[in-house]
Order: sequence, then structure tokens, then C-alpha cells
Amino acid sequence: MISDMNPEGIVGEYSESIIQLYEIGPRKVLVTNNEVPYPDGRLIVSRTDTKGIITHVNRSFVEMSGYSEEELVGAPHSILRHPDMPRAAFKDLWDTITEGRIWQGYVKNLRKDGGFYWVKATVIPNIRKGRIVGYTSVRRKPDRRRVEECIPLYASMKKKEQEGSQ
Amino acid sequence: MSYKFTVSPDFSPDYLSGWFIFNTWLQRALGRSFHLEMMDNFQQLHQAIDEDRIDLIYANPYDASMLVRDKGFVPLVKPRGGADEAVIAVRADSDVDAVESLFPGIKVASTDDPDVHLMGMIMLEPAGLSHDSMEIKQCDNYVLVAKALLKGECETGIFLDKAFDELSRPIQSQLRALVRSEIQVIHHSLMAGPRLQAEVGNLRRVLSTMEIDPKGQGVLEGLGVSGWDLVDEEETEFMIDLMETLTYSPD
Ligand SMILES: Cc1cc2nc3c(=O)[nH]c(=O)nc-3n(C[C@H](O)[C@H](O)[C@H](O)COP(=O)(O)O)c2cc1C
Repeated sequence: MISDMNPEGIVGEYSESIIQLYEIGPRKVLVTNNEVPYPDGRLIVSRTDTKGIITHVNRSFVEMSGYSEEELVGAPHSILRHPDMPRAAFKDLWDTITEGRIWQGYVKNLRKDGGFYWVKATVIPNIRKGRIVGYTSVRRKPDRRRVEECIPLYASMKKKEQEGSQ
Repeated sequence: MSYKFTVSPDFSPDYLSGWFIFNTWLQRALGRSFHLEMMDNFQQLHQAIDEDRIDLIYANPYDASMLVRDKGFVPLVKPRGGADEAVIAVRADSDVDAVESLFPGIKVASTDDPDVHLMGMIMLEPAGLSHDSMEIKQCDNYVLVAKALLKGECETGIFLDKAFDELSRPIQSQLRALVRSEIQVIHHSLMAGPRLQAEVGNLRRVLSTMEIDPKGQGVLEGLGVSGWDLVDEEETEFMIDLMETLTYSPD
């Protein structure tokens, strides 16, 4: 399960948003402006079942997300969903991987402490004996210039999504 | 019948005789005949795999996908603590203090070790560098990568971490590591092909107990390995998926 974020764990000034999660419903998230730089030389790796429930995380994932392994395994991957990310990005991700193809994109992730970090993510379906049995996401350090291009792009996508839903 | 054994051509030349001694040990332990043939380069290796001439291979992780998914190989063991990692280094007196201060158009010294080169390229990506925006000087070994930096022929180099750490003191003191990978799950492994299927159980048994066999111990030392750890199929499938995310490019 996935609960609202707790103000006690937040480092620094924060603002509140409500995000709508697929098949879960609303979640209150608390976000700050603290960006945590991606650690050099590391890959942040997680695996999920076919529904997007986390089944495995590596040490770099635990360190960057701020959650413990126990909190992560069994939780939906949207536990990292940042309110600045447009819904369309994740729709594209799920449309691609459920077809058995690889998805790649830049993602802004939300930490347990309200801070955020940018990654270049590649998600691959785990195909065993011809069936998709889960997914693996491997994140690496992004080129800052690509991130700077995504910031206004994602903001305008979000704006359109909000206008569309009114 | 004799089985064909080969070692991925990126093995360290220090261990050449060690692999022949290992082959002799394995034949005794298993009571089967193996012929060890070393390939000169990856092209030769890939042709041999393609023509189904290999039965046992100490494989580079880069080749695992083809071996397992196209050729029906099964993973047996990996060297203990033997994950492959890469180092990006510059000359010690270089102005460059981070990967991000490297610029398109630079010359990069590397080798044809496919997994190390790939990890190196991933670490250069944050600087906006790709194969299209750099010139690669392919060297035959890591000492030559170091020399290309020292002679000023290349601004940066991609090393296997162990090879970087084993460079002689005088060479090492003139180089500086910018980044070291900490990926931890990319490793070489011994793999058995379809003709060896009936021997897989025996192979796993003799290899995983090799370190407690007094003769086996010495043979392992000759390979620079402290012992073999069993690898199951899902661990290898996971590594293959991970390698595919790293080699994926959308265009
Ligand atoms: C393997 C895998 C990794 C994922 N990693 C992330 C992630 O790091 N951050 C994120 O916000 N969503 C990630 N997602 C997407 C989430 O499952 C989810 O779609 C997204 O957070 C948006 O939430 P929603 O689908 O409930 O709207 C991942 C999905 C998969 C299958």
C-alpha cells in the first residue's frame, strides 16, 4: 500500500499537492526544492511484477529514494511519482512495455524527504519462456542539457493535462 | 568425443597458462575430454559461437544474451567477488576534474572488451558524449590505454578497474580516476552449451567444490580467482535484461 507523505520526514520548506494514482486514488505528497545530484558511476535498479509492484531494489535505489528496502518492496512504483511529471509520460511507458518493448525517458522522482532527483530511465519487460513476467528499470546519470529540455516540456504537458481535465 | 572450451578473448594475458592448467584439471575432475582453444579476438569468437563450435565458454557478460537466448547455453558459475567495473581516467595533470567537463570531439582510449567499453560509455554520457561525438582509439590492452593518455594522444581512457589498479606505480601516479562504476551485477561466467547439457550437474558440482580440493585451489590461484559461485538462470536472465537496457538506443 501507499500512504500520504508525513510532514515529519520532510527536510526544509515544502508545498502540498494531491496526485491521482492509477487504481489507487489520491495521494497527498509533500515536495521541496532540494535536488539531490545523481551519484557518479552508479545504476539505480528496480524490478516490478506485471502490475508495477516493486519486487526488488538495489542499494543505490534505497539510498537515492530515502525509503528503506522494507518500505519499497511490495509498494507500487508510483511511490516515487513526482507531481511535476506529466501523466502522459507514464501512459507512454506502460503502453510501450506491455507490448514487450523497451521504454526510455527522463524522469523526475520524488524522495521520501520531499526532495527530488532526475534520472535517465530504461525499462525492459522481463520475458521468460515467451511471457512477460515483470519489468526491470535501470536508471543512469542523465546529461544535464537533456534534463533542462525536459523541465519546460513536462511543465507544458502538465498544463495541458490540467486544462483538459477541467 | 572431445568438447570445445574457449575463454572470452578479454582475459588477462597473465592467466593464459592458468586457463590451460584449468582445462587439464577439469578433464580429470569430470572424466571428459575438453580441447581448449583461445580466440584472437571477439570476431573470431562470435564466428565460432555462430557455427556452434563451442561447448564450454568463460563468457563476457556482453555475449551472455546471444549465448543464453539464441544458442541455448546455461550459466554454471561466476568468479567470487568478480564483478566487472570500469574506470574513466585522465592524466594526473589534466584540467578536467569531472566527466561533465569533457567536451564533444575528444579522443578516448579504450579496448575491444565489450562490457567495459559499454560501462565506460555510460559514464561518459552525462557529458553529452556518444560514439558520434568522440574519436575512439582502440588499444590492444590497458597498458596501451594508459600510454595513450600519458603521450597525450587521448584526453581520457576507459579501463577495467582491476587493470587500472594493477598498472605499475610510475604509470598510475601519472593518471587520475574521474569516475569508477559501482554496478556490481555485471560479471563473467562459465557457461555450458547444448551438447554438454547432460554434464551440467557434474560441472556445477566439481566447479563449486573446486576451492576445497587441494589441487583445485592451486589451479584457481593460477586464474586469480578465490572460488566459483553458482549462478542460476534467473540471475543471468536479469543480467542480460540489464545489459540490454544499457545497449538500447532508440534510433
Ligand atoms: C519497472 C518500472 C519502474 C518504474 N519506475 C518509476 C519511477 O522511478 N518513478 C515513477 O514515478 N514511476 C515509475 N514507474 C511508473 C509507475 O508504475 C507509475 O505508472 C507512475 O508512477 C505513475 O503513476 P500512475 O500510473 O498511478 O498514474 C515505473 C514502472 C515500472 C514498470
